[in-house]
Amino acid sequence: MKTFNITDIPKTDRVQYLLDDLFAKMPEIEVERAVLLTESYKATEGLPIIKRRALAFEHILENIPITIRDHELVVGSATKAPRSCQVFPEYSYEWLESELDTIEFREADPFHISEENKQILRNIYPYWKGKTTSELASAYMAPEAIMAIDHNMFTPGNYFYNGVGHFTVDYGKVIKVGYKGYISEIEAELEKCNVYDADYAKRHEFLESALISCKAAINYARRYAHLAYEMAKQCHDAARKQELLLIAKNCANVPENGASNFYEACQSFWFVQMLIQMESSGHSISPGRFDQYMYPYYETDINKGILTREFAQELLDCIWIKLNDLNKARDAASAEGFAGYSLFQNLCAGGQTEDGRDATNDLSFLCIQASMHTRLPAPSFSVRIWNGTPNEFLLKCAELTRTGIGLPAYYNDEVIIPALMSRGITLEDARNYNIIGCVEPQVPHKTDGWHDAAFFNMCRPLELVFSNGVDKGRQISIQTGDVLNMKTFDEFYDAYKAQMKYMIRLMVNADNAIDVAHGELCPLPFVSCMIEDCIARGKTIQEGGAHYNFTGPQGFGIANMTDALYAVKTLVFEKKLVSMADFKDALIHNYGKGLTPKAARIATQEVVDNLIALGKPVSKEQIADICRMFLAGTSSKTDAERYDKLLDMIDNLPKYGNDIEEIDLFARDVAYVYTKELQNYKNPRGGMFHAGLYPVSANVPLGEQTGATPDGRLANTPIADGVGPRSGSDKFGPTAAANSVAKLDHGIASNGTLYNQKFHPSALSGIEGLQNFSSYIRAFFDQKGMHMQFNVVSKETLIDAQKHPENYKSLVVRVAGYSALFTTLSRSLQDDIINRTEQAFNA
Amino acid sequence: MENYMKAKGRIFDIQKYSIHDGPGIRTIIFLKGCALRCKWCCNPESQEFGVQTMLFEGKEKIMGQDVTVADVMPVIKQDIFYYNRSGGGVTLSGGEALLQPDFAPHLLHACKDYGINTAIETTGFAKWEIIQKYLPFLDYVLMDIKHMNSLKHKEFTTQPNELILENAKKIAQSGLVNLTIRVPVIPAFNDTHKEIDDIAMFAASLPGVEKLHLLPYHRLGQGKYEGLGRQYALDGVELIPDKHMKELLVTAEKSGLKCQIGG
Repeated sequence: MKTFNITDIPKTDRVQYLLDDLFAKMPEIEVERAVLLTESYKATEGLPIIKRRALAFEHILENIPITIRDHELVVGSATKAPRSCQVFPEYSYEWLESELDTIEFREADPFHISEENKQILRNIYPYWKGKTTSELASAYMAPEAIMAIDHNMFTPGNYFYNGVGHFTVDYGKVIKVGYKGYISEIEAELEKCNVYDADYAKRHEFLESALISCKAAINYARRYAHLAYEMAKQCHDAARKQELLLIAKNCANVPENGASNFYEACQSFWFVQMLIQMESSGHSISPGRFDQYMYPYYETDINKGILTREFAQELLDCIWIKLNDLNKARDAASAEGFAGYSLFQNLCAGGQTEDGRDATNDLSFLCIQASMHTRLPAPSFSVRIWNGTPNEFLLKCAELTRTGIGLPAYYNDEVIIPALMSRGITLEDARNYNIIGCVEPQVPHKTDGWHDAAFFNMCRPLELVFSNGVDKGRQISIQTGDVLNMKTFDEFYDAYKAQMKYMIRLMVNADNAIDVAHGELCPLPFVSCMIEDCIARGKTIQEGGAHYNFTGPQGFGIANMTDALYAVKTLVFEKKLVSMADFKDALIHNYGKGLTPKAARIATQEVVDNLIALGKPVSKEQIADICRMFLAGTSSKTDAERYDKLLDMIDNLPKYGNDIEEIDLFARDVAYVYTKELQNYKNPRGGMFHAGLYPVSANVPLGEQTGATPDGRLANTPIADGVGPRSGSDKFGPTAAANSVAKLDHGIASNGTLYNQKFHPSALSGIEGLQNFSSYIRAFFDQKGMHMQFNVVSKETLIDAQKHPENYKSLVVRVAGYSALFTTLSRSLQDDIINRTEQAFNA
Repeated sequence: MENYMKAKGRIFDIQKYSIHDGPGIRTIIFLKGCALRCKWCCNPESQEFGVQTMLFEGKEKIMGQDVTVADVMPVIKQDIFYYNRSGGGVTLSGGEALLQPDFAPHLLHACKDYGINTAIETTGFAKWEIIQKYLPFLDYVLMDIKHMNSLKHKEFTTQPNELILENAKKIAQSGLVNLTIRVPVIPAFNDTHKEIDDIAMFAASLPGVEKLHLLPYHRLGQGKYEGLGRQYALDGVELIPDKHMKELLVTAEKSGLKCQIGG
């Protein structure tokens, strides 16, 4: 039996200083990368795109300002100011161009940008017209797919506007052999190229580009070595001077060479992590199994007596803080879907080794401690739990959960490993999985998983069943027949399945169009070096160079659709308590209730636009009247009574989330409508589609675009979060809710499922509280649940934080597959978190 | 098995995921009817055996439901994964489970058939012959000792304490179950050091008893009295300050038992 050193280590003053400094100012948009990129692109026109990417990367790394912040031990900053971001015009720029003057004032994730920098961006943007991945992707998309996107059926905006990201490179290998090791490998491959080979042109260009990129990374680190040395010379504080000299020494050695100790391994890790995010704008660049690839250096140094646990902890804390120093500006709509300045850098601890033994080690515990010390949203900290996970590890995780920062997220090896194997992954590779981004499992440094490929709102196709494929006056989908003529529930359910299938196909079209655009315009030579088998295959991951290829768009709304379809089945077809016509009428009129102010504004605008289009002038008073009408709902008392009666009937039906076999198995079937259909499709990299079931934070903004649903959900209100029950509909406590969720088929959702639970802090008090809590997780996992995460904070605290955000600047909560600072979230997302059912232990 | 699955009893609630009434994660079955009328009782709807109507959040709620063992078992079994992982199980509470000897022992028996561990939360106020029917199917007994002075006991609970104390001794001597003593600490009733010390010393004298729980008075049940149209006897009584509870804990610990505040 392994024993672990689990004693707590105190937080150092340095770590506290770095934490305070991180949040001293509002994040900014910096423009140097965009300027350098544009310069390079202008100078390399006519060259193969892959070479242009590499030369641009080289040009950026040679010239972008570099910064060593006060008291840092691990260095390398993408921006001058902490928590700021660079921009990436090669993917898209129109959104930022149009939002330049508003981005500082928007609700979700605002950024400061100086007038001078705005002007610089305005000057370079004309160059990018017609050259971005988003424009090319649009050109590749089928018109019906574009129309479906315009009507919010699904949202592939993430990769449409940004880089793809969502990978875990071979950190362990860079740390071990350095980029020098990669350079020899690439040179050996270049040796093997024959000018007469059929794939010579592409292969040779890729390998040369990879070489340029690796050398650029080495030179970038040397710039830091030089800067640290210069700063040391100027430094009057003897202790800091020594630190700077050591930093200089580290940066001169890594990542060029293999790390010779744990500190160098940390520095090498950080350069990799940061530089990947300089090459492209994709998020979810996930460090993966950090406790595994860093452990050999830790163990060696501890055994040699040249490293203390305390210093190792301080270095980890520094890395945790650095992960929060990186940032990213998204378009306003995406910012709401990924709210909280999140980069989803998912770092994993625990689990199994490739040969199936428990992988927990002392570093796994230091990782937990680092999250306790820093209490920051990044890294998205995940732990892998399996039947052989030591109790002390799970209890330590529970202690972190108890701090209320929503970390860690718990993953079940016993479901994920077979799920991955069902997708053609080997046993060894499956055991080595890590989590990407929110909740997506994949094999590190062998996968281009395209996780998070789109949000698919499972509620919208049901609206199309009621409207026979029409949305906002346009036929945007197939006609499944007049809903009023449907004679049986099966007929109705089949119509839903048909609408789902049609929209899934359009989503596949959109994803594949974007996929091709990235391959053609933004292949990534640097990242591709560090993902197998790109070097041997002589192509980037964007062109199918990775060993495993997937596309994983995420569906959400299972709880709503389960309860909704069940309501129609029971009330209309079985008990015949309400006619389909009345149900349809109730949905159209939002059960007689007024719309939210935001929705009323949009609805009013639509009516006014229509009237104007028809040539009818509208007065200010009329506009106010229309808006008032939308806000107030029905004015007829008899209508209101009828609608309320229907809502009552729906309310009295059994609901998903209460451990009722009939409903839960129905939910399983409803989820299959998405998950089973999706696995029929292929992507251009030679891989398959597979489903995720999670919404990130998009259940709130996409809920705003969804009309009333037959589960009694009012128009424009949030959709249920993840695979959990609808807020407030789980009435029998956390075991019943978890049992319902466990009855879904998590294995088929091999791109991840997400189950949020909210606990009151009292539920985890004392050692017995922690023990029962960890038993709760184990029991959910015994039943083949896949993922679980917790917000442990009282409702009163959250409500008070809304009232007095100034007192809660560091309050971190779990949003979806990640944590974020509560006060940075939009009001509606805050409300959604507050309303998720709070599970308390019964006294 | 067949016969006792048909045994009928009257319950008024089932609560899952309880962690304060016995070890691990437990499901509590609340049985209706009690022989005591404790002034502080937080489940006044449990006291009458008869079915009652209680106003709850403006709606009328029927308190009391006749069920068979076969009705209850599926609900109990739903959380079996949680019992297995946490060492939890089922706890019979009330009311007073000892008042339904034709039902409760059978329910416990059925739990045993499924390998589910069992506990009872009890006043201990019943004939010894009755208690003997329960013991073979019980793993844990959580028994209240509210006061060592019988007169004061009667004043606050309507019953004297002799039978209770005697049963406590017999249960402990039986060696069949793990017995824990619990003390609801109620202002002006038993919240002095002397009173707690007396109870703790008695508990420590029981063979095999290792744990004592001090349960601080709370008034979470006050609203239910209104819902039942009854007067709350302890209206206006202040909660016991944390500091005093901690001091009482120190006093109780002198008995040598493992003591804790809360269940």
